[in-house]
Amino acid sequence: MTQGQSVEKILVPFKSVPDPYAGAAASTSKSVINPFDEIAIEEALQIRERGEATEIVGVTIGAPAVDEQIRAALAMGIDRAVRIDDARALDPYAVARILRALVEKESPQVVIMGKQAVDDDSNQVGQMLAGLLGWPQATFVSKIEFLENKTRARCTRETDGGLEIVAINLPAIITTDLRLNEPRYVSLPGLMKARRKPIETLTCEQLGVTVRPMTTTLSTSSPTRRAAGTRVGSVEELMAKLKQEAKVL
Amino acid sequence: MVETLVLIEHDRRQVKRPSLHAITLAQQLGGEYALLVLGHGLDEIAASLVSYGAAAVIVADDPALAEPLADRYATVIAEVARKRGTKTLLGTSSTFSKDVLPRAAALLDAPMVTDVLAIEEMDGSIAYRRPINAGSMLATVKVEGDRRVLTARATAFEAPAANVAVCPTERFLFDAASLPNGVQFISREQRASERPDLTESRVVVSGGRPLRDPETFERLVGGLADALGGAVGATRAAVDAGMAPNDYQIGQTGKVVAPELYIALGISGAIQHLAGIKDSRIIVAINKDPDAPIFQIATYGLVGDLHQIVPQLIESIRRG
Ligand SMILES: Cc1cc2nc3c(=O)[nH]c(=O)nc-3n(C[C@H](O)[C@H](O)[C@H](O)COP(=O)(O)OP(=O)(O)OC[C@H]3O[C@@H](n4cnc5c(N)ncnc54)[C@H](O)[C@@H]3O)c2cc1C
Ligand SMILES: Nc1ncnc2c1ncn2[C@@H]1O[C@H](COP(=O)(O)O)[C@@H](O)[C@H]1O
Repeated sequence: MTQGQSVEKILVPFKSVPDPYAGAAASTSKSVINPFDEIAIEEALQIRERGEATEIVGVTIGAPAVDEQIRAALAMGIDRAVRIDDARALDPYAVARILRALVEKESPQVVIMGKQAVDDDSNQVGQMLAGLLGWPQATFVSKIEFLENKTRARCTRETDGGLEIVAINLPAIITTDLRLNEPRYVSLPGLMKARRKPIETLTCEQLGVTVRPMTTTLSTSSPTRRAAGTRVGSVEELMAKLKQEAKVL
Repeated sequence: MVETLVLIEHDRRQVKRPSLHAITLAQQLGGEYALLVLGHGLDEIAASLVSYGAAAVIVADDPALAEPLADRYATVIAEVARKRGTKTLLGTSSTFSKDVLPRAAALLDAPMVTDVLAIEEMDGSIAYRRPINAGSMLATVKVEGDRRVLTARATAFEAPAANVAVCPTERFLFDAASLPNGVQFISREQRASERPDLTESRVVVSGGRPLRDPETFERLVGGLADALGGAVGATRAAVDAGMAPNDYQIGQTGKVVAPELYIALGISGAIQHLAGIKDSRIIVAINKDPDAPIFQIATYGLVGDLHQIVPQLIESIRRG
């Protein structure tokens, strides 16, 4: 396909996280693709299906165990995947620096990724990556449309004050919010096909980056639990409690 | 040199009150701090900031900054931080700060800590406490290097007191023509609301999936909020279903609130939602399922059908 008619390549970084639906007893929990990254993958697939992109490359930084989530991404329909082999506890800035090296190697026109990893809840990597590359960014996006022969994209952003629309020049970084789409389920044929798709493994050394995380977690603890409250039997009783006991009315 | 630079947020008319809470964290960190505000036509906004104990209010006022575009804002913020020898660049957790500050951190080659709840002294250096995994755990982290970027959770820090001393206002001059130009602002949804801001309100009433449609949501959740003079919030399920706009979403990936009174109508109590309401003083839950997890954290729980209970409650409040 000639340039202008479609985006040649979309890069989708994704992270493997503990299943957020597993509930509090998370010790036994399995890993899944970070939900916001699943939305990013889905969006890239829809763009390709509309004939607006040619290739979707997924990338994840992690130990060999994340290959399971890579297979899931391939089964959803991405064309190929890169795992950057690094088992360290990386902070968002380290992740962004590694991803920059991969972006420079792959030269995508668009990077679509989650706004937030639901394990560390940092909400940093996309914006940092955009800053490192000097690329435009549109964060917390709930709608993407390409404009003018794919030289720009119009993005709707979910902000604290409501929706905002911006146009960004490509290449650019887009981070996803929940309303962008609903990710598809992995199909059986998708899984079969995924087995034959390539997973490339690279080290930071091969990419020519040396990063050392600058953030260290010293300890973790459980937050103080709220004391269990009381049941009331009626609207009258509730009103009485709010007035006399809680004194909020 | 100002050790700490606090990014202040505004909506063109006035300062966003929660962004002032980051000043309290700056005070806890110690040393001199300056407030930084960017935009266009900022005289009144800057004037409202002079009595918060800062060494200066630094104003970057230019037509090129009229809209909060991340590429431009981050460039200017990083330039101010560099010129002032800032060690800590700080803002309040909000979509504005989360858009702009990580980008500024990358330009400053600095690590960043999101959603700081508290600081601790550890072997002579400072460690930051923050929630992870939808607030189900707290992590204590430290950072290396001589610069760092933080966002403070507004609900974890008090509003700073204004004092009598007035600090100088300084205009930060920069070359607007050399700013990045890769993002163009097109439009912003204008939705006038008489109700108080969700993150500042004393009372918040939220609705979940069983509110069904925008009309029912507005009648019951909006109606109860209005009877109490409160703000309206929603779960992800309610926003996804189109019952409420996206900026009503409360939780791990939405807004965090800590009002005096939080009323949850037809909300199951998923950890992703609880992450945004746990620090409310009083939580009331109305849910037809006696085993709904929300009852484990509610101060007062009432089991029943919200479609019957809420009109009664509104009526009872109106009677006084
Ligand atoms: C990545 C990710 C991020 C997320 N972020 C957020 C977030 O920021 N905020 C958020 O809220 N959620 C978030 N969620 C979703 C969260 O996991 C839950 O799915 C959601 O909070 C459930 O919303 P709900 O309580 O309205 O709906 P449900 O879980 O369906 O609960 C509805 C409740 O209403 C009760 N009910 C039904 N009918 C009636 C009636 N007539 N009267 C009274 N009670 C009734 C039911 O008993 C039930 O308890 C996120 C999920 C993921 C995976
Ligand atoms: N280890 C990783 N590998 C690939 N992408 C990642 C990794 N960690 C974070 N990301 C990406 O960065 C986004 C934001 O993460 P965070 O800033 O940590 O909340 C995620 O949604 C992913 O797209």
